[in-house]
Amino acid sequence: MRIINMDHVAACPILPEVADAMIPFLKERFGNPSSMHSSGEQVSEAMEEARRHVAALINAKDSEIVFTSGGTEANNWALKGVVMASRAKGNHIITSSIEHFSIMHCVKTLEKQGVEVTRLPVDQFGMVDPADVKKAITPQTVLISVMHANNEVGTIQPIQEIGKIARERNILFHTDAVATAGVIPVDVDKLNVDLLSLAANPFYGPHGVGALYIRKGTRIAPLLDGGIQEQGLRAGTENILGIIGMGKAAEIVAKEMHNRIAHVLPLRDRLKKEIPEAIPEVALVGHPTERLPGNVSVVVRYVEGEAMLLFLDMEGIQIASGSACISRSLKVSHVMLAMGIDAGTAQGSLLFTLGVDNTNADVDEVLKVLPSIVQRLRDMSPLYKRSVRLKETG
Amino acid sequence: MYNEVVMDHFRNPRNVGEIPDADGVGEVGNPACGDIMAFYIKVKDDRIEDVKFQTFGCGAAIAVSSMVSELAKGKTLDEAMKITNKSVLEALDGLPKKKHHCSNLGADALHRAIEDYRAKQAGRQFERPEDGPEVCSCPVCDVEDPEEAPYCATACERISSK
Repeated sequence: MRIINMDHVAACPILPEVADAMIPFLKERFGNPSSMHSSGEQVSEAMEEARRHVAALINAKDSEIVFTSGGTEANNWALKGVVMASRAKGNHIITSSIEHFSIMHCVKTLEKQGVEVTRLPVDQFGMVDPADVKKAITPQTVLISVMHANNEVGTIQPIQEIGKIARERNILFHTDAVATAGVIPVDVDKLNVDLLSLAANPFYGPHGVGALYIRKGTRIAPLLDGGIQEQGLRAGTENILGIIGMGKAAEIVAKEMHNRIAHVLPLRDRLKKEIPEAIPEVALVGHPTERLPGNVSVVVRYVEGEAMLLFLDMEGIQIASGSACISRSLKVSHVMLAMGIDAGTAQGSLLFTLGVDNTNADVDEVLKVLPSIVQRLRDMSPLYKRSVRLKETG
Repeated sequence: MYNEVVMDHFRNPRNVGEIPDADGVGEVGNPACGDIMAFYIKVKDDRIEDVKFQTFGCGAAIAVSSMVSELAKGKTLDEAMKITNKSVLEALDGLPKKKHHCSNLGADALHRAIEDYRAKQAGRQFERPEDGPEVCSCPVCDVEDPEEAPYCATACERISSK
């Protein structure tokens, strides 16, 4: 059976060129970049080349890129590192109510340690209002962190405007750009950010590697103490294999990004338009236009996401869902709840995330298979029967 | 994630549907919790002659409902009252741990259908009990931090106020 991967948010396939670039570092090029001798030196040079490509991808200077174990570490570091370094200045941070767990849970930890937190609301499309940011700022505010685009619902936030407000008030501004860096144009100067988290996999690099962009002059304490790697900012022997992969992926996407966007946009727009046409009582989740090029998030009324996901998987179509039954925590997506979608409706969440490997034939297949899966589950659903009856009796 | 037995019942659920002139109807759950199961029974000579169910929920919830309906069919009401969520779990050869509570409410729904039938026989009205933690028993309910369980906030409040 042909597998259709529409779950790029979970995993993008590693590009063959990226894998090829990594292989020598699994084998003969095993040196430690901290070593003084030639094997170390060679690896160190390869690592610096990777850094150049990653920096160029977001219009940063090489020295402003610190490699991490991924987006989660970068997010944790940005928040904890700035709070730690700003103790004398203040004790208040501002974030949004739709952040990734690696911000949300990190914020909760900081809160337990006495940091004051403002969580900004979002509108029905999942958008933060920059005016709310302005209102939330106090003399104690040391950091604002708002994600660039939400991974679950695709909404792209007005980062540039929020960054402008932060800059005017001289407050550090971080954005979690894991969903956008290497996916849509990201420019740290245009966005007015001081810190930015990114990860390699969304642009077809390996898992387990990412970076934190730290604008020159930004005061941040290290998250990991140890040896003097990464200018003393991030201790521990570098994940060379991952870094090389990330560098190669960044180099490729710099040339390919516009083609990739041009490839997935029409596929996204087809799903966005044709799923609700094919199935009654389906609503698009997230912003209609300000959204990631490969993101289609919908809620299907009267049925639950996991059941739909399992039936789609049997047909070779792999997607994700924000249903509580799927999450390990058994909680409905906090993002949808923050957008005012009730918990029952959010149970019917389906998330399609498209990538370079998807085609029009894949979209056709989804549109062919999904309506009957939904109908089958609706025929089983007491909620659906009730709604049909209500409509009949007026 | 699910074993063969569960997947079989999920793929081909037995006894799906509604009995319009059911002798007893029972329902548990709420959509916010994730699952709703409704059971309909036809009773003849104190036996469950026919049983049908409707379920809103995940793969486990559908498989549980299907298994309960199979276990119940042909049983006397007393026998059917002895079907427990645990025996359903065993008949399914197990479910992932996180599904033990919220999705495993099928026996409760069946019991309510039987109670509904018995109430009608006695000329009473069967009142559906409120779905508290003991029935909804969603796994987050036994988590101490109420923030961990925002969707059963009311249920959890009930526990903490006790």
